[in-house]
Amino acid sequence: MESLKKKPPAGLPPPAEDQCILLAHGGGGELTRRLLQQHILPKLANPLLDPLTDAAVLPAMHGQVCFSTDTFVVQPLFFPGGDIGRLAVCGTVNDVAVMGAEVQALSLGLVLEEGLPLSVLDKVMASIAAAAREAGVPIVTGDTKVVERRRGDGLIISTAGVGRRLDGVELGPWRIKAGDKVIVSGGLAEHGLAVMSAREGLGFDTSIKSDAAPLNGLVLAALGAGAGLKFMRDPTRGGLAGLLADLSEETGLGLEIEEDALPLTPAVRAASEMLGLDPLSIANEGKLVLVASPDSAERVLQLCHQHPLGRRAAVVGAFVEAAPPLVELITRAGGRRIVLRPYGEELPRIC
Amino acid sequence: MSQESREVAQLANDLHRVCREAGPMSVMEVCGTHTVSLFRTGIKAFLPESFRLVSGPGCPVCVTAQGYIDAALDLCARGDVTVASYGDMLKVPGQKGSLESQRANGAKVLVCYSVRDALKHALEHPHEQVVFLAVGFETTAPATAAVVLEAERLGVGNFSLLLGHKLVMPAVEALLAANDVPLDGFLLPGHVSVIIGSHAYEPVAARFGKAGVVTGFEPAQMLRGLVRLAELVAIRRAAIENVYQVAVGAAGNRVAQALLQKVLTPADAEWRALGTIPLSGLALREPWARFDAAARYGLTFGADYDPPGCRCGEVIQGKALPQDCPHFAKGCTPRRPIGPCMVSSEGTCAAWFKYGRNFRHVAPPPVPAA
Amino acid sequence: MCLGVPGRIMEVSPAGADKREATAAVDFQGSRVEVSLSLVPEAKAGDWVLVHAGYALTLLPEDEAAETWRWLELAEVKQEIDRGRP
Repeated sequence: MESLKKKPPAGLPPPAEDQCILLAHGGGGELTRRLLQQHILPKLANPLLDPLTDAAVLPAMHGQVCFSTDTFVVQPLFFPGGDIGRLAVCGTVNDVAVMGAEVQALSLGLVLEEGLPLSVLDKVMASIAAAAREAGVPIVTGDTKVVERRRGDGLIISTAGVGRRLDGVELGPWRIKAGDKVIVSGGLAEHGLAVMSAREGLGFDTSIKSDAAPLNGLVLAALGAGAGLKFMRDPTRGGLAGLLADLSEETGLGLEIEEDALPLTPAVRAASEMLGLDPLSIANEGKLVLVASPDSAERVLQLCHQHPLGRRAAVVGAFVEAAPPLVELITRAGGRRIVLRPYGEELPRIC
Repeated sequence: MSQESREVAQLANDLHRVCREAGPMSVMEVCGTHTVSLFRTGIKAFLPESFRLVSGPGCPVCVTAQGYIDAALDLCARGDVTVASYGDMLKVPGQKGSLESQRANGAKVLVCYSVRDALKHALEHPHEQVVFLAVGFETTAPATAAVVLEAERLGVGNFSLLLGHKLVMPAVEALLAANDVPLDGFLLPGHVSVIIGSHAYEPVAARFGKAGVVTGFEPAQMLRGLVRLAELVAIRRAAIENVYQVAVGAAGNRVAQALLQKVLTPADAEWRALGTIPLSGLALREPWARFDAAARYGLTFGADYDPPGCRCGEVIQGKALPQDCPHFAKGCTPRRPIGPCMVSSEGTCAAWFKYGRNFRHVAPPPVPAA
Repeated sequence: MCLGVPGRIMEVSPAGADKREATAAVDFQGSRVEVSLSLVPEAKAGDWVLVHAGYALTLLPEDEAAETWRWLELAEVKQEIDRGRP
């Protein structure tokens, strides 16, 4: 007769709270403390954060303070070349830096969804720490909340950043005049395509990696060009088209852009064609658009080329007097067409 | 100057010469992708002003009747179906919003680059019922036929398609027969022709006495097609020619045609504004009827309608320009579209909104000295 | 009504294995997509195909197909030259 004894299970599974986020992790008690001590704080350690006071105390900043915030909800969380953590650090560092500021500190707000595997959180935290190190900017304060399981998004991050504007820096659309040159710091459309390639329903293997990177170093390098550098901004959602449309409105000037001059790698051009997307409308997370006087453009370009993130910088066009003020593309075929601000999500199409 | 730029300059100047000699002419861009590509490559800006391009019914989303759209939205609203679709359909408005707004309200909507992605999703999620919105012309219909056979081979039970395919030639013939818009010739769709072959257009040329040139989508290629078309119109020759020979043969893709004939059968179909055109759509043949979502979910397509004041119907027939519609660029924009001509990335209204306002003609690039 | 893009077949997975259709890994200048060969069953590795919505529609002659992407390389070269200028 077969033994009726059942074999005991190989071992009980590890406790749920060591595997994934539970509502209890947000309760403020022991689990919350453990979450912070084991999964969040260690990677971020720095003298401004370590006291863990209710608010961080920063050294006095003299001159103008630049302050920015952003929230990150990208799906999927991981994509070629980056993840939500890297994005969250770079996005805010860049928003402060383009004002012509030295970025001093960041805050980090995490909203964790019940069920998020702790291994995922660990990976994201490692990425955040690495990006902050790369930028040379400490994360000095933060907050963590847990919400009930909803759409399975997993994780939302909010960051804020503060920086000191360098003395004598005067950057803004009001400085721009007809004739000023438009410079792009490198290859466009990489971030948006990398994220898209990781999405279900559209998945494809690609050599394209997100360009998410902290630009504060490149910004400081470009500022070496002096007063001839008039404006900087990073083209994120809405791509270069969105940024130029905004600038055209803000300055009342038209723009003429040369399609052949746009830094677009063959992989980006091909993937865009395949999906039916316009690379000008696709997001970037590690690029600068700089506007320089005609006399300073060469110098700005040189300074960019000397920096690792600016090797492919190129003059792509110029501001022009035009009524009405529009952004016009001189196409590779030698014709012209208008470039408009994109209207929302770029979606692959069959037509 | 690159080889391509040289060709473009030469062809553009040839077109101007032919048009100067022959006088004004009107040709129809059957395919929405041509409408958009001519704008997007900047070529449209240097075409002769006397050479009038009229948009045609070649935008699958634009010609999809509201009944189909509302049926698709009904499927979303059920809550127990995952609706999968090409990105083109996502923002088309209907009675219950759009796929996009349904998704925002919690409906399961999956945007796919290929219908194969939808089948893959069904395989990986056996407890979900997946319905794919099968729209598109003859370029896309063979994919539907192939995926149905694939689903059958793999024994997939949770996958079906809402058939909305349309055939190009019946619509072109209907437009010509209606004779509402004076046309001298046709710029014929390059990729539909890969499937059906250039010979497929011969009967129409013969019956209506109009020329047509099968053309691809690259700048020099499109100019080559336009020049040849202008030449044929100038000498009043009602011939069908093909400048896209690298991809299009006279007979087309026989394997694709066989698949289409095996799995699908021509059926009467309702087109936006054109009404029901006999044998202009495709239905699943009996052995594969179980993959028909309309039958599976008991869906009927309601009567077609245009939102009040919307002139999409006239626009796709070439009877009106987008600017003639009272909503154009005012109440109807790509962000808040009223009709599908504005929603679809290659809808005429969307193309004109994006590229056609503040449009200006420029001189063609000069031909470089030899 | 039809986006079709040329790509090069890197490898073919023949039909029959576990009842699936023949597919190919098609390269588009660094992006790889799995494409059905149901409509072009004679395609083999090294061939260029016109791809629409995940399906190969027809074979393309190598010279012309490669030519479509030539302008990408030319643009790259031109930009490198522009950057190299002192």
